Amino acid sequence: MAVSQSIRSQSGKVRRVAVVGGGLAGLMTTIKLCEAGIPVDLFSLVPVRRSHSVCAQGGINASVDTMGEGDSPRVHLEETVLGGDFLANQPPVKGMTDAAPGILHMLDRMGVPFHRTPEGLLDFRRLGGSSYHRTAFAGATTGQQLLYALDDQVRRQETAPVVDYQGITIPGERMVRKLEGWDFVALVLDDGVCVGVVAQELESMKIEVFAADAVCMATGGLGMIFGRSTNSLTCTGSAAGKVFRQGAVYANGEFIQMHPTAIPGADKLRLISESARSEGGRLWVPKDPKDRRAARDIPEKDRDYFLERMYPGHGNLVPSDIASRAVFQVCFHEGRGVFNPVTGKNENEVYLDLTHKPESVLRSRLAGVVEICEKFAGVDPCRNPMKVCPAVHYSMGGLWVDYERDAAGSLVVGSPRNHATSIPGLYAVGEVDYQYHGANRLGANSLLSCLYGGMVAGPAIAAYRASLPRSSNDIPTSVFESAREQEEADYDRIVGQNRDAVDHENAWRLHAELAEAMLRDCTIERHDDQLDKLLDKIAEAEDRAKRIRVPDDSHVVNQAAQFVRHFENMLALARVIAQGARSREESRGVHFKPAHARRDDARWLRTTLARYKGAGEVEFVRAFDYTCAGRSVHVTDEVDVSLVQPRERSYGQAGAESVESARNEPSGATSGEPAHG
Amino acid sequence: MADRKVHLKIRRQDSAGRVDTRRWEEFDVALLPGMNVISALQQIQRNPVTSDGRSVAPVVWDCSCLEEMCGACTMLVNGRVRQACSALIEQLSPKGEPIVLEPLTKFPVVRDLMVDRSRMFEDLKKVKAWVDLDGTHDLGPGPREGLEQQQLRYALSRCMTCGCCLEACPNVNDSTSFMGPAVVNQVRYVNLHPSGKLHARARLEALMGKGGIAECGKAQNCVEVCPKQIPLVDSLGAIARDTTRHMIFGWFLK
Repeated sequence: MAVSQSIRSQSGKVRRVAVVGGGLAGLMTTIKLCEAGIPVDLFSLVPVRRSHSVCAQGGINASVDTMGEGDSPRVHLEETVLGGDFLANQPPVKGMTDAAPGILHMLDRMGVPFHRTPEGLLDFRRLGGSSYHRTAFAGATTGQQLLYALDDQVRRQETAPVVDYQGITIPGERMVRKLEGWDFVALVLDDGVCVGVVAQELESMKIEVFAADAVCMATGGLGMIFGRSTNSLTCTGSAAGKVFRQGAVYANGEFIQMHPTAIPGADKLRLISESARSEGGRLWVPKDPKDRRAARDIPEKDRDYFLERMYPGHGNLVPSDIASRAVFQVCFHEGRGVFNPVTGKNENEVYLDLTHKPESVLRSRLAGVVEICEKFAGVDPCRNPMKVCPAVHYSMGGLWVDYERDAAGSLVVGSPRNHATSIPGLYAVGEVDYQYHGANRLGANSLLSCLYGGMVAGPAIAAYRASLPRSSNDIPTSVFESAREQEEADYDRIVGQNRDAVDHENAWRLHAELAEAMLRDCTIERHDDQLDKLLDKIAEAEDRAKRIRVPDDSHVVNQAAQFVRHFENMLALARVIAQGARSREESRGVHFKPAHARRDDARWLRTTLARYKGAGEVEFVRAFDYTCAGRSVHVTDEVDVSLVQPRERSYGQAGAESVESARNEPSGATSGEPAHG
Repeated sequence: MADRKVHLKIRRQDSAGRVDTRRWEEFDVALLPGMNVISALQQIQRNPVTSDGRSVAPVVWDCSCLEEMCGACTMLVNGRVRQACSALIEQLSPKGEPIVLEPLTKFPVVRDLMVDRSRMFEDLKKVKAWVDLDGTHDLGPGPREGLEQQQLRYALSRCMTCGCCLEACPNVNDSTSFMGPAVVNQVRYVNLHPSGKLHARARLEALMGKGGIAECGKAQNCVEVCPKQIPLVDSLGAIARDTTRHMIFGWFLK
């Protein structure tokens, strides 16, 4: 039997693929691999049921068109690439929107308790940037429900035996081996090919090495680089930063999405889903900036519903980048944020008002939103408008991944190039990749992209594995041993450094300082002079990071040492983000520079490709070559816009008509008006 | 408010085996607007010094989402089991009363406030808490479901495996093997689904043996502490009925 199809390697060990991260994308990839008969090692920082996917609230998009509106995957494709300001390669997006109805039905079959119509069919809501009811949902905790459904399926695989090609059960082996409470430390590279993972068990702090025929990163976002965000505390971007430092190309890092509505908190900013506006929520500030009255006592005539005033077509349902910028405009430039009588200041907050909707509707369709507001702000949103602010929410950028298109512009499912990173044998899927959202992600497309990514990455990895001349299990153990020794030494350095130094740094404090600068200078509005200062600040932080001392010498759950490792990797990505923002001289999607307020397709309709060049150095390239399953592939920064011609992105005038015109005038402008209208 | 302090009394333990290191340590941290227990612990990370001025290792605890969605940060706050993220300081300590933090008692301590709840996930395997899907390929729409049943299933589906109900249950302890209310609720959840129902019997049988539904003492503490207001007592009752019916009639119907 050729090595390509056997379950065991020549050494007799079961051949496995490593999936790093147990959120939606990682779980979907795992299930697909199991269905292809490939055993998986699934690594996760937390029990997978606690992954950040639980926080996704709004829902999942699929053009099923049960509302008879004439919606279709084609319209979904157009709205997604328009929402993303044409920076996304269109074939993968087409693949995703075409597959979406099937994915939704699969979730329904898995038992996700989606909201229903009176006839017992799936119910849909409309989210920002869309003119159609396309978003299926389960209360306002859709991500949690999806994650649980997939976790259930993976648990089933955890009990499934591994059967070899002769039909013989291999004793003691299960299709999925979960390594929960393990931290990704590094890839094992053998002559530039990824052959395994170094990971650390977070209770005993033991560092171990795992051979894997391929590795798939599904490690999610990087909100922690900005300190307080809507992300979970596990979303540090550390794993992505590490593989970037090990040679993977990182794409479009500067595109960081702000969510317009989050409840401010000392530890994090809690997302209030776009579904709140979808269900009728309205954003406003008092017309009088010094209005001291409680929100509910301010009459209609004294309120400025600024989104409805600025964007009469889409109103409160403009995409999130436009809504965030409007909130920023009102609070920061006009100084009209909600007045706080205690501090005597106008805070950077606006009202999100649901009080005109019946309480029963809110509690049935927005249960999660109502609960978060009650629990964390101590306010009943059915009776009082919520105070909200914009918050870092999602990274459109991520590890660069490939795809293979067919002549019709669709993905070739099963090609080993799909979701392959620039390191042979390394794949990436979910928020950690850069594939589907361009310069701005539309609401309820993230859950979809995680699942579709997993559905594509699974078969791609299977194809890659079949092309291998030998299993990673049969590579000399010295390769793995030296990787482990290197990472053990690095961990010893982290724990031991500056032990006796008088002048030392606390990693959490240094992180908070850097994050504050990132949040201030590299989010909604970007100015070159501020970005220059930010890059100096990052350099300073890189320097001070060398003086970090770990205030814990324990060998059990040393969270302080783990955080230092993460912080060092976060620094690398912070630089990619800031430097990418500095370089891109235009405004596109979430990337907004007042000094370059127009989108500039002639110069900048291209993917930002970043490469690590050593500590504190990032190189941007226009092209590179990589090897996939034995074939050399030439990659450029050109964006495939062959399916929907770039046109001006404006939500000012119209609702459904804007999509209509996208279809009727496919030749559109190549150099658009300011995207913020 | 600017200089008001929050006083924390925290139960610590260096590792699973080192019961001899169990001790209390006290910390003072600054009161911030809208502050919760997590932000108090984060301040200790940034400046790990006790109230009496000793430099110590930062307190170890488990947390992730901070939105009471992941279930990780469950602990005893002033003796009550709950998530630390939704425990607001202003509500716990309106007049500056000390706040006491302890790890859960029904699970093995890993370090400080962190415990090992893996048994809850193992129990989900035992009861086969999943729909037996033919595959993830596109097989068309799922079964229809009425809004009423969807609303019930949604309420049951929100269990985040946090462990509050096990902590509060008097029948979950060292001398019993009761798996606890969470897993029973999960069986009811899957068994209500039109496809899940097809294998309902296997799940009921898993709850008829050791550690199963018969060991519920009907104390009803679980429903009191569930942060997601899951109707756990209803679930325990429903499964008790279903298992009884299965015990009496199941063999005839087989």
